[in-house]
Amino acid sequence: MTLAWREALLAFRRSPMLSALSVTTIAFSLFAFGLFGLVALNIREALTRLEDRVEIRAFVADRTPAEAAATALGDVQAFPEVATAVLITPTQALERARRELGEFSDVFDAGILPASIDITLKPGFRDPASVRSVAARLRTYDFIEDVRYGEEWVEKLQEIRNVATLAGTGLGLTFAIVAVIIIGSTIRMAVLARAREIAIMRVVGATDGFVRAPFLIEGALKGTLGGLLALVMTWTASEMIGRYVFAAEFFDVRLAVVGIFAGTVIGLAGSAFSVGRHLKAV
Amino acid sequence: MSPGGVPGPTGTHSAATVIRFTRVRKEFARTGLALKDVSFAVNKGEFVFLTGPSGAGKSTILKLIFAEERPTSGEVKIATLSSATMRHRDIAKLRRKLGIVFQDFRLLEDRTVEQNIAFALEVTGAPRASMGGRIGRLLTQVGLASKAQALPRELSGGEQQRVAIARALVNDPLVLLADEPTGNLDERATRGIFQLLREINATGTAVMMATHDLDLVKRSDCRTLEINHGQLVLDSAEPAPATPPVA
Repeated sequence: MTLAWREALLAFRRSPMLSALSVTTIAFSLFAFGLFGLVALNIREALTRLEDRVEIRAFVADRTPAEAAATALGDVQAFPEVATAVLITPTQALERARRELGEFSDVFDAGILPASIDITLKPGFRDPASVRSVAARLRTYDFIEDVRYGEEWVEKLQEIRNVATLAGTGLGLTFAIVAVIIIGSTIRMAVLARAREIAIMRVVGATDGFVRAPFLIEGALKGTLGGLLALVMTWTASEMIGRYVFAAEFFDVRLAVVGIFAGTVIGLAGSAFSVGRHLKAV
Repeated sequence: MSPGGVPGPTGTHSAATVIRFTRVRKEFARTGLALKDVSFAVNKGEFVFLTGPSGAGKSTILKLIFAEERPTSGEVKIATLSSATMRHRDIAKLRRKLGIVFQDFRLLEDRTVEQNIAFALEVTGAPRASMGGRIGRLLTQVGLASKAQALPRELSGGEQQRVAIARALVNDPLVLLADEPTGNLDERATRGIFQLLREINATGTAVMMATHDLDLVKRSDCRTLEINHGQLVLDSAEPAPATPPVA
């Protein structure tokens, strides 16, 4: 084991209380960030579920030849934005209306509803501009009488998504900055607690890199441990919310690893900043 | 010439010169002028006292030698490293050529005597396998062979200073700098530390010792540099200024 690693691990043993305090502080900072991330993730998931319901319905004129409708359907299915396109006959439309409207099912007579091409869009193409573009192309077919897609609803959804993204980015950045400041201060305490040791190291001819290395390792270790602890706390919070409030989504493995890695990087950056500042000052 | 055959500060540069101050001036932003036009040279194997009242500039001279401070003007040269051209990364290199001892010992309280000395070797990247023998020999030299596993708080002041001296010697320095090394010690421990420094000097290591213990200085026949108000007022190696002829 190199001296830097040994010194970093010794620091945990020599001042267990300060180390535990650092790890806990990092964990709570990241926990706050993690909770916010969880809220952002669930808002995004909810919006995505709503967006999944974005659907375009193109009504086909009466007496349109079946071949023409089938050819058009093939064209529409080839649109890059389109996930599915299905031809609904008047009979199928009637069945669906009766199924969806339940007690009013007897108000519909056969032949009252037109045939339609029902289209769902791929993720990433459910914004108002893409929806409008697909609708415009559908209107170019002579036998398409009308195209409906809940224009207002799609635009409202987009607005909500924009606000959520903006607020999410702003709040996320704020939480991240607060976490970095708190973690930086915590590590600065650890650096100051060992100021005497640093001074002695420099007097006996240690290079700045040599002085820095154990602190960087220590910061990275504390950050990783804090990240792990924050993940456990966030998971517990998510489980409690799931049990008593509503079922919430939790981070997938990739995001969980990114969260822990963020702890490592913040610990490392906080250490680098604090030690660098200290080395400049002495 | 000094007892050790030291050239004057303006004399020709000797290959054996380990410290050279040339017209060094040091000003601090808050406290003002600390050193004014100080020039002297110390040769390999010399023992030099640096004396003067508190605040005269002794510690500033030592700090300039181990590059904790840089001169405002003039040049400080240690072996081949000059303050004029020294980069930040050269400072560690410079300090490995020096052994530094302080009044307050500056030992790591949570490490044993052996670990404190090993620490100074480790920072230079020395292999661990070779450390044991070297540390053992040094502890014998400073008279602490039986205290290798003791913690600093278990030692007397004199013993702690011996550990600090052993740590300063571990990298075979060209010069041992001692800043008031006996300032915290009683008379008996002071004599012991001074004797140890003389023994180290006898092996060829130059020693520069800052002290305001004038009795200690008077009892020895070593070269003395006296600083007062930031100026070098006496270098016992230099002939006294000639008295102007009476008209």
